[in-house]
Amino acid sequence: MTGLPGDMIAAAIPVAFIMFVVLNFGGLLTWVERKQSAIMQDRIGANRASIFGIRILGLLHPLADAIKMLTKEDFMPARADRLLFVLAPFVSVFFALAAFASIPFGDTLHLLGRDIPLQAVTLHVGILYVLGMLSLGVYGLMMAGWASANNYALLGGQRAAALMISAEIAIGASIMGVVMVYGSLNLQDIARGQGEPLLPKIFGQWIPAWGIVTQPLAFFLFLTAGIAATKRIPFDMPEGESEIIGYFVEYSGMKFGMFAMADFLETVVIAGMTTALFLGGWQVPYLQASGFVFPWGGTVGLPHLAVVGLQVGAFLLKVIVMIWLLMLIRWTLPRFRYDQAMRLGWLGLFPLSILNIVVTSLVLLAVGR
Amino acid sequence: MPAQYQRPGQPMDPRHSSRLTVRQRFYLIEVLGGLRLTGVRFFSNMWKHTLRMLGAKGVRGAVTIEYPEERRPYSPRLRSLHRLVRREDGSPRCVACMMCETVCPAHCIYIVASEHPNPEIEKVPERFDIDLGKCVFCGYCVEACPEDAIRMDTGILEFSSFSRLGMIYDKQTLLALDPAGPDGSPTSPVPIPADRRI
Repeated sequence: MTGLPGDMIAAAIPVAFIMFVVLNFGGLLTWVERKQSAIMQDRIGANRASIFGIRILGLLHPLADAIKMLTKEDFMPARADRLLFVLAPFVSVFFALAAFASIPFGDTLHLLGRDIPLQAVTLHVGILYVLGMLSLGVYGLMMAGWASANNYALLGGQRAAALMISAEIAIGASIMGVVMVYGSLNLQDIARGQGEPLLPKIFGQWIPAWGIVTQPLAFFLFLTAGIAATKRIPFDMPEGESEIIGYFVEYSGMKFGMFAMADFLETVVIAGMTTALFLGGWQVPYLQASGFVFPWGGTVGLPHLAVVGLQVGAFLLKVIVMIWLLMLIRWTLPRFRYDQAMRLGWLGLFPLSILNIVVTSLVLLAVGR
Repeated sequence: MPAQYQRPGQPMDPRHSSRLTVRQRFYLIEVLGGLRLTGVRFFSNMWKHTLRMLGAKGVRGAVTIEYPEERRPYSPRLRSLHRLVRREDGSPRCVACMMCETVCPAHCIYIVASEHPNPEIEKVPERFDIDLGKCVFCGYCVEACPEDAIRMDTGILEFSSFSRLGMIYDKQTLLALDPAGPDGSPTSPVPIPADRRI
């Protein structure tokens, strides 16, 4: 397996994996949302969709949703901007999907004499790429609000833009602390850095230097701003689907479904980013390239494929736990009012992230890095 | 702070304060408290669901009653679809005294009386129609009846029609109904008016 076809296959493996995981997670999140909220509220949750009487815990509901969305009337207001109106949901979904590309889900895979980095796109500025994609996603919302020829939609788009700006600044500023600690903008380097022991002179090999240990404040700031970037409850005032009217008020059918899908995809992206930056990415505690090396002296040798499999599994597990947490937050907290969200973003998250940068710099100077 | 709601010299009840305390304004601690509440509930229900799946009866992680398959037990006092009580020979016990028609606040009962072949019995309804589209289920007809000939104990709640005409139930339909079982669930099938499409 050498030459061009082999290269293409080697490049296609991580891309296919990312597409498979992100798209399926995005679809399954509709099921997770229904079931998790039901269990939190002493209910059973949607379980009626069936094929020949087979219900499998309501897992067919996403399928039924897709059929419903595709067969609904595709309405467009008479005065809408036709091009932008059609383009807006695609823009939203595309950037939400593309954002996951540079998040690493495993270390380098050595297979048949090749080194396959387990990352769809190997970028040295991966963090900037993800931030860019997340920020560009708001263009879909603004286009939707503008193109609908509806003042309520326009106001919703404006709220979305304002929320995104205040969230993105906090996201960027809180990530800076992580970048300073691990000294790279490459998400793969950051994930590798989180496998190193934290302060080996004091703690020995016991504590891995995961981002949540080295940057606890940034973790909370990033998580809060990240939830705002997914524009789901408690930061859902761009949509406000239950009371206030949002940017997609004129959308129906699958175009509306794509906006809803974009929210779920962004939830997956935020969960992936939190995992990559703060929860050690694909790192398993005490697992090194040759197998487990425990700080109390024991070692368990593992073949390369098993190590890579454990790492990918650990990454997926962490992403799933983060998604669960985001869902828990979404079904626990009430919505912020517009002014409250702005105040939280500009007077809470942003100054605290700047403070985090200052404190991180001082600490890094003190420990002599 | 609204001073007029405060007795002089008494501090305001902190639970009803319109101002947030510093801890509440910091928000994170309160959020974590809320997440603990819902998270604990999630895992406890998950645990109960798992036990139930593994075969433990009597453990329920949800309060849901899956309606068409399961019914909650109805109260014996429930006022459900009317029925006309039959005599031994199957004829209506009703003597067409018009009490129910008179007392009905919704004017939904329509009776046409005729002679009964038995001279012991005064009259018999030739027609006895109830327009369930108008009925308010007050139960006055049952209270007013001197012969105990109309009851609202069938336990049937699901009657609907695609037209107003279909909501009018006639004597034959009402006579054919039986009282609900001891658990309150209906023993006779839901009568289907002629126009009702399934």
